[in-house]
Amino acid sequence: MLEIKNLTKVFNPDTINEKLALDDVSLCLNPGDFVTLIGGNGAGKSTLLNCVAGVYRQEGGSITLDGQRLDRLSEHKRAKHLGRVFQDPLMGTAADMEIQENLALALRRGMRRTLRWGVTSEDKALFHERLAALGLGLEDRMSVKVRLLSGGQRQALTLLMATLKAPKLLLLDEHTAALDPKTARKVLELSERFIREMGLTCMMVTHNMRDAINYGNRLVMMSHGRIILDVNGGEKRKLTVEELVHMFSAKAGEEVMSDRMLLS
Amino acid sequence: MTLGVYISYRILDVADLTVEGSITLGAAVCANMITSGNDPVLSLLIAFIGGTAAGLVTGLLHTKLRIPALLSGILTMIALYSVNLRVMGMSNVSLLRMTTAYSKISDWLGVNKTISVIIIGGAAAVGLVFILYWFFGTQIGSAIRATGNNPHMVRAQGINTDTAIIIGLMLANGLVALSGGLIAQSQNYADVQMGTGAIVIGLASLIIGEVLFGKRGFKSRLISMIFGAITYRIIIALVLRMGMPADDLKLFTAITVALALSLPRFRELRDTFKASISGRKRHA
Repeated sequence: MLEIKNLTKVFNPDTINEKLALDDVSLCLNPGDFVTLIGGNGAGKSTLLNCVAGVYRQEGGSITLDGQRLDRLSEHKRAKHLGRVFQDPLMGTAADMEIQENLALALRRGMRRTLRWGVTSEDKALFHERLAALGLGLEDRMSVKVRLLSGGQRQALTLLMATLKAPKLLLLDEHTAALDPKTARKVLELSERFIREMGLTCMMVTHNMRDAINYGNRLVMMSHGRIILDVNGGEKRKLTVEELVHMFSAKAGEEVMSDRMLLS
Repeated sequence: MTLGVYISYRILDVADLTVEGSITLGAAVCANMITSGNDPVLSLLIAFIGGTAAGLVTGLLHTKLRIPALLSGILTMIALYSVNLRVMGMSNVSLLRMTTAYSKISDWLGVNKTISVIIIGGAAAVGLVFILYWFFGTQIGSAIRATGNNPHMVRAQGINTDTAIIIGLMLANGLVALSGGLIAQSQNYADVQMGTGAIVIGLASLIIGEVLFGKRGFKSRLISMIFGAITYRIIIALVLRMGMPADDLKLFTAITVALALSLPRFRELRDTFKASISGRKRHA
């Protein structure tokens, strides 16, 4: 369903800081794939996700989603098909607006916005039900400003917003990296539940090797802007962190593991 | 006018200098239309539309041509100076003994000028608060509020932030031009210089409103803008009566706004100072 072909992205071209962030990357996702994307700092994982989302324009190659050229659309037009959760919990929600107002914005993703009232009573009933399913007690605080929520709560809310209207593709960009381990676990489990229940196709960037193995049906490893490993199904299930580390140093050719990856 | 500044400065998070030109534009449009015998209320409507056009120019410069917001506003403001002179035909126009919206109310209800100013001002304030509250509660209005809050999130939700900013700036400048028209009609003249410092006056009213009347819900925020503007006028009147020369007025306003805007920084400095003192005590 998602077809990335020969994608190339260069930052600061023709300057001394020129950096080849994506080097001829090709990746094909099947419907229902839950891909975990792993690699060291600067490997190009987030860049890949941002190219798909339209934050960056690529220098070469193409991105196709269900036969439609995604890379020709602007960021807000692509949003119709995509659900996104960012690394920074502050990025995914409007802090000075109420929980229900944020959800209402998400509910109309990809639809024409009109002069009809922003949050209707049917909306509220729906939000109440969905928030209750998060199990965080947010359903009783729907008119509270998002600013007052914790990072984990905001990330759970962003996740709910990203999936409120089932997206064709869910992009999770290290969305638990800024949370404490316990909250991170909760948000990850929530993510997996949504993906399973709604049958979503998902790309999840992570630094955490264990998470990359435990979640999803497919694991893709990147280094220096290239895909160096792509394991599927049964083969992936049998992977261990040690093997992954070993494969990484073997494939990457040099010792480029970041401390963050080893520690996690 | 304060409501207009509120939209650009607080909701969109842009200091929009276009208002300095659009307030005069509103006055100029009203002056031109009234002297050529048009209906004063209709002239207010046209003034509003003129203001939205000015906002549209600034919005396009900022979003499509990627000129920084501050500079876009300055460009439109300067351009409007010439436009305003064209509209008025000269640098100031007197509306004495002409039919204005105020004289209409006076004749109609048989009240004097002051009462009619209060009636129109009150009606405009109540009406605008009501309309703005409705507008920013709609789907489009929420999208605009969110854009000022977090553009990343807004784009991720499929909203064109450029469009949202343009609509916001148009509405803001439309309101400012409308108030320019009302000012011209109540003062019975329009002057090409009258917009100087308008943004600072708007900010002063905004800050006074927020400090004195709170900023809890959206509705109460809008209402506090109105009371902020009124309080600002009362303060100015008091200061003038206490004997401050009128020439110093803008200096006074600028200093007040600068102080108010730097309050958060002063608080920060005070807290670090306190912390360092208590830290020293602990060490001793």
